[in-house]
Amino acid sequence: MARKTVEGSFAVAEAVKNCEPDVAACYPITPSTHVAEELASFYANGEIKAYIATEAELSSMSACIGASAAGSRTVTVTSSQGMALMHEAVYNAAGMRLPIVMIVGNRSLSAPLNIWNDWQDSVTERDSGWIQIYCENGQEATDAVPQAFKIAEAVSLPVMVCFDGFYITHAVEPIDVPSLEEVKKFLPPFRPAVKLDPKNPMSMGEYAFPAHYQLFRDDLQKDMVASEKKVKEIHDEYAKMFGRSYGSGVLEEYRSQDAESVLVSMGSVCGNAKEAVDQLRAKGEKVGLVRLRLLRPFPYAAVAKALEGKKIVGVFEKSYSLGALPPLYGEVLAAAADLKSRPVISSFVGGLGGKDVTVGNVLELYGKMKQGKKLVEWV
Amino acid sequence: MLLPIAKPGTSRENKTGSWRSQRPETDTKKCVKCGMCELFCPEPCITGVEMGKKPQERSFPKTDYDYCKGCGVCANVCPVKCIKMVPEEK
Repeated sequence: MARKTVEGSFAVAEAVKNCEPDVAACYPITPSTHVAEELASFYANGEIKAYIATEAELSSMSACIGASAAGSRTVTVTSSQGMALMHEAVYNAAGMRLPIVMIVGNRSLSAPLNIWNDWQDSVTERDSGWIQIYCENGQEATDAVPQAFKIAEAVSLPVMVCFDGFYITHAVEPIDVPSLEEVKKFLPPFRPAVKLDPKNPMSMGEYAFPAHYQLFRDDLQKDMVASEKKVKEIHDEYAKMFGRSYGSGVLEEYRSQDAESVLVSMGSVCGNAKEAVDQLRAKGEKVGLVRLRLLRPFPYAAVAKALEGKKIVGVFEKSYSLGALPPLYGEVLAAAADLKSRPVISSFVGGLGGKDVTVGNVLELYGKMKQGKKLVEWV
Repeated sequence: MLLPIAKPGTSRENKTGSWRSQRPETDTKKCVKCGMCELFCPEPCITGVEMGKKPQERSFPKTDYDYCKGCGVCANVCPVKCIKMVPEEK
């Protein structure tokens, strides 16, 4: 393992390369461009077997579907409008049970046009049947890549590795990048049970009549729910091998065990939230943070357990569902619904389109929560 | 795990010609073997004109009624109007 002072995107790209993908199919888009660019240069140097420079993101995902169906370990990279353009093929990848890995540099959706970070691009795709992992920093995003391939291939479901645009994609940090030899020990070769083969022709992604369609969706739902266990197992296995872990693999509890007031969030903003927690703890306030790592499948039981006995909970998210309660908040409400003593749960939407969320801003959130009233607001 | 996989090539077994309410009939006395019907047939059910050859060496178009759905595109594009859509009646 080599420690490098490197941009998050480049470390993630190197981790992808060391997972030995057979095919990468990408169309560059801010802020994940550097990942695609780096994969293309790996290909030019003969370090990746195939890189398809597609004409748009729908083609990238379609190329990934074809390559994965033919038995290739497959990866793509995108953000924002690119992911929106992929939409119909994103559902197909999951429905066809193809273990594609998508690296997502999270960015807002138009209009107004904006290239900066929030989570709306991948959160919008939360219902598609893709496992979604959200990372706090470049190190975690780098470590999530070999895990993502292993999870995807173990459960035959596609996985998104989501990391915040600019805050992580472009931040230069010292990052330990697992080497090719190390990843080889962790990630076995991809051997799908079924693949396209001219000697045994088959049509994949066939249509299903009304009598059968729902059976497929039901099966997908059950396998998605069951995959949470595998995400945890593979996270633990990686932690054992590489010495780095991220909570339980589905969520991380930061100084929250004995806390009365807890903030729930995801992604890079949790770095600032941890600093805010430390500052408030130094003053004797019983506050903590629960950082979700897995948005899909949603770890309802783990969230309920993490919130048990808390008096006040605030959910901060960089995502929304216009005309309804924000998505992460809705899930946390549902997770806490059966708790014996339910905490007061507030919703804060913010940080949209790159609006900075500083340590001071997080302190303000804890201040609002302290009032003990249920709030649903954009901050 | 359920996979949406099927045996390929099964569309041959589904004779879509039964969907037809009108059948195209070609009057070979008027037909000039231009091949427009073959070119435009969306299925493609019209074959045999051999457009690669000179007009005098070509054959009349053949319609495959097993799969022709009777859309009428051939009749519409025919420059000499030699294809008539005749109602299917039993």
